[in-house]
Amino acid sequence: MNIEFIIDGKLIRAHKGQSILKAALLNGIDIPHLCYHEKLSATGACRLCIVKVNGMYKASCTEPVAEGIDVVTYDEELSMMRKELLEMLLAEGDHNCLYCHSNGNCELQNYCYQYNVEPPAKDLPKNIREVDLTSSQGIKRDENKCILCGRCVKACAEIQVNFVWDFAGRGSHAHLTSDMYEKIGDSSCIQCGTCVQLCPTGALSFQTVLGRGMNWELKKESSICIYCGVGCKIDFYTNKEGKLVKAMGNDEGPNKGHLCVKGRFGFDFVQSNKRLTTPLIKKNGKFEKATWDEALDLVASKFGEIKEKSSPDALMAFASAKCTNEENYLMQKFMRSVIGTNNIDHCARL
Amino acid sequence: MTNSIREIPLSESFLIIGSNTTENHPVIGSMIKNEVINKGKKLVVVDPRKIELARYADIFLQIKAGTNIAILNGFAHVLIKEDLYDKEFVQNRCEGFEEMAKALEKYTPEFVANICGIDDPFKIVEAARLFAASKPMALYYCMGITQFKSGTNGVKSCANLQMLLGNIGILGGGVNPLRGQNNVQGACDMGALPNVYTGYQSVSIDDNREKFIKMWGSEFELSKNPGLTVVESLNGVLTGDVKAIYIMGENPVISDPDQSHVIEALKQLDFLVVQDIVMTETAALADVVLPACAFLEKEGTVTNTERRVQLMKKIVTPPGEVKEDWRIIMEIANIMGANWDYKSAEDIFEEIRQLTPSYGGITYKRLEKELIQWPCPRENHPGTQILHKDRFSRGLGLFSVVEFTPPAEDIDPQYPMVLTTGRILQHFHTGTMTRNSKILDEICHEAFIEIHPNDASNYNISNGEEISISTRRGSVRVKAKITDRVKPGIIFMPFHFAEAAANKLTHDAMDPYCSIPELKICACKIEKVNAIGGLSE
Repeated sequence: MNIEFIIDGKLIRAHKGQSILKAALLNGIDIPHLCYHEKLSATGACRLCIVKVNGMYKASCTEPVAEGIDVVTYDEELSMMRKELLEMLLAEGDHNCLYCHSNGNCELQNYCYQYNVEPPAKDLPKNIREVDLTSSQGIKRDENKCILCGRCVKACAEIQVNFVWDFAGRGSHAHLTSDMYEKIGDSSCIQCGTCVQLCPTGALSFQTVLGRGMNWELKKESSICIYCGVGCKIDFYTNKEGKLVKAMGNDEGPNKGHLCVKGRFGFDFVQSNKRLTTPLIKKNGKFEKATWDEALDLVASKFGEIKEKSSPDALMAFASAKCTNEENYLMQKFMRSVIGTNNIDHCARL
Repeated sequence: MTNSIREIPLSESFLIIGSNTTENHPVIGSMIKNEVINKGKKLVVVDPRKIELARYADIFLQIKAGTNIAILNGFAHVLIKEDLYDKEFVQNRCEGFEEMAKALEKYTPEFVANICGIDDPFKIVEAARLFAASKPMALYYCMGITQFKSGTNGVKSCANLQMLLGNIGILGGGVNPLRGQNNVQGACDMGALPNVYTGYQSVSIDDNREKFIKMWGSEFELSKNPGLTVVESLNGVLTGDVKAIYIMGENPVISDPDQSHVIEALKQLDFLVVQDIVMTETAALADVVLPACAFLEKEGTVTNTERRVQLMKKIVTPPGEVKEDWRIIMEIANIMGANWDYKSAEDIFEEIRQLTPSYGGITYKRLEKELIQWPCPRENHPGTQILHKDRFSRGLGLFSVVEFTPPAEDIDPQYPMVLTTGRILQHFHTGTMTRNSKILDEICHEAFIEIHPNDASNYNISNGEEISISTRRGSVRVKAKITDRVKPGIIFMPFHFAEAAANKLTHDAMDPYCSIPELKICACKIEKVNAIGGLSE
């Protein structure tokens, strides 16, 4: 913390090399921004984070802090400029919140609301850009909702490190592209979904989200991914009916917000109709539904019988690397104490 | 892992050996890619297949499957010969150096290159020099090191190399096994192993047994004889020693080696109980099937590959009458005379803490807001980011003399190809979860083998053609994917697919120390399907 400067009349300390925006955000001062994301390197594309530094206009996401500077983040002039920027972004695309999966969870929508931005004039010229809703199993892309912020390009390059997204074309013809102008489904995208998670609008979305519940109705709770040993922390969203809607990487986990395709999309088995719902007992080679009492009594009596007639070592249990610590603990306690054998193992070697 | 995931940015170089990280631990894979591609860190990849990370490697050594120990010994040989090892660390923190150095003398680059099937022995020298010049180096490995008859020795060679380089106990270094399941670390920590109680306390030591009897109640006698491993128990069924198996959340019919042997054993049991979330291939053989909660339907803790204990939360309501696994176990135990009264997973965790020194200081309350890695012996202990910092658990780090030994099953004229198995990005283990997840199943919905273009042309196989793969254990039909990811003479097959089960083919030759089966290599033959029907030979 070796640099001191003023933001909106308040003395702030920051590290050399830090941007004004980052220093402001760390000090609880919110400057509007769309292309900037804390996980990505700064882009300086949207200009919404514009501030006055000693009276000069600067994009605060790319402008480094300097000793003694005087930064103004809000005044009438800056507000007007931001409003105009937002109007241009709206005019350029086709942003209809009525049928957008991001409605209620859209950074562009939030700022437009905050700055009272009116719908764009109907006669402005528009480039109709690519809509690719079906080529990929997991990800949809509607570039008419894209504001060319570049977060997806950077997410792919700096977090997943696959370099699938990039910009093609110039000026008003600039647009997003995956690999060499391929559709996402035909590109080298492996569908980790990090670009979707960081998209500030509805340009990129998951296949399974639209129609499953308005964003403000969804409930969020975090747990740990069930697959590999990285132990990614995931925010799971459920709708009013209690159905799982989407999985988003949580920043506090070892994954720092990132997920792979399994963590992202591999949760619907939980609510699939293939789930077992009652105990089953095999009679004459066929499974029949049973009550818990019937099933557990049978298990306990059979285990007891084998323990008595043969020996405790005639029983074996496979615990599971898919179960919790508590469950594995209890399984070995059961085998070691109630049964009386050390015949307990799990798939650690497989 | 001796070290932590968040240290990846602190490593100057990486050795990835026997781990297809970007497919099997993709989030760590991306973190390593970011360091290598975007920040210029060094990368050495050793693998029988040209995996994705090989593309970004400064040095890629495509070794013959099953020759890890030779190449690791080769690196160590060069470090000693060129005087590039960390003498201070070796002198102050280790023992057994002289003996190991002597054994390593014969592992010259030429000798090793010959064993490993590497054209240019100098690459081994370059890799060793790179490790010495770019410290700390972090070594990451996975089942490509362990699933061999010589698996334990493979791990020891990894430790030898890192001790030689002084990469132990420091930020950004370490010997880092990537655990393949979200709680395989925890299941081991909890004593779901035949020879140890929680926290790796041996069942054969009287003091340990007394401690557990005291907590669990003196009405139960605890056995001091180590129990059976998964594979051993299935053999025990066939000899008549094992009569009943209780399986919680596992699918050995698909995951264990030599499938027909597994099925034969499970069918021969007097009584089989399977507790799972769906009707698996294994559950279908059971006498009683008990429906259990899936991961999003219960609370509890899991421990990841870096020993970090994390809380799982209940997100959705379980369907039908399903119960948490711990509740089912408790109910069976209580019918059988126990008097357990756990009200929640947290109740159980409190008992675990009291019995397990490395978990002693961890509480649910702390886990709500703290990052804790075991060992964490006291509530005011911050947990342990790096193991073996000032001393090893045994005091000095022991260099082991580790000799290369060939795999159990060599190729011969009848079975002239090598088969290796593993996982792919979109699927997990036996597919119980991923193949019941719509999008993952859509992305990849069928089994395949990877075969080199030369082999494909020798056998007159075209891309996507269904072919037959056979070993001494069995045979499956599967589509061929022609790719130079594999070398000639070896095929790769994922084991997720029940209808073309790779483990029909694998064998259960085991490591003598830890009983891990040699799933990574066996001899096989490939045939065109139309030739099997007798149409041509």
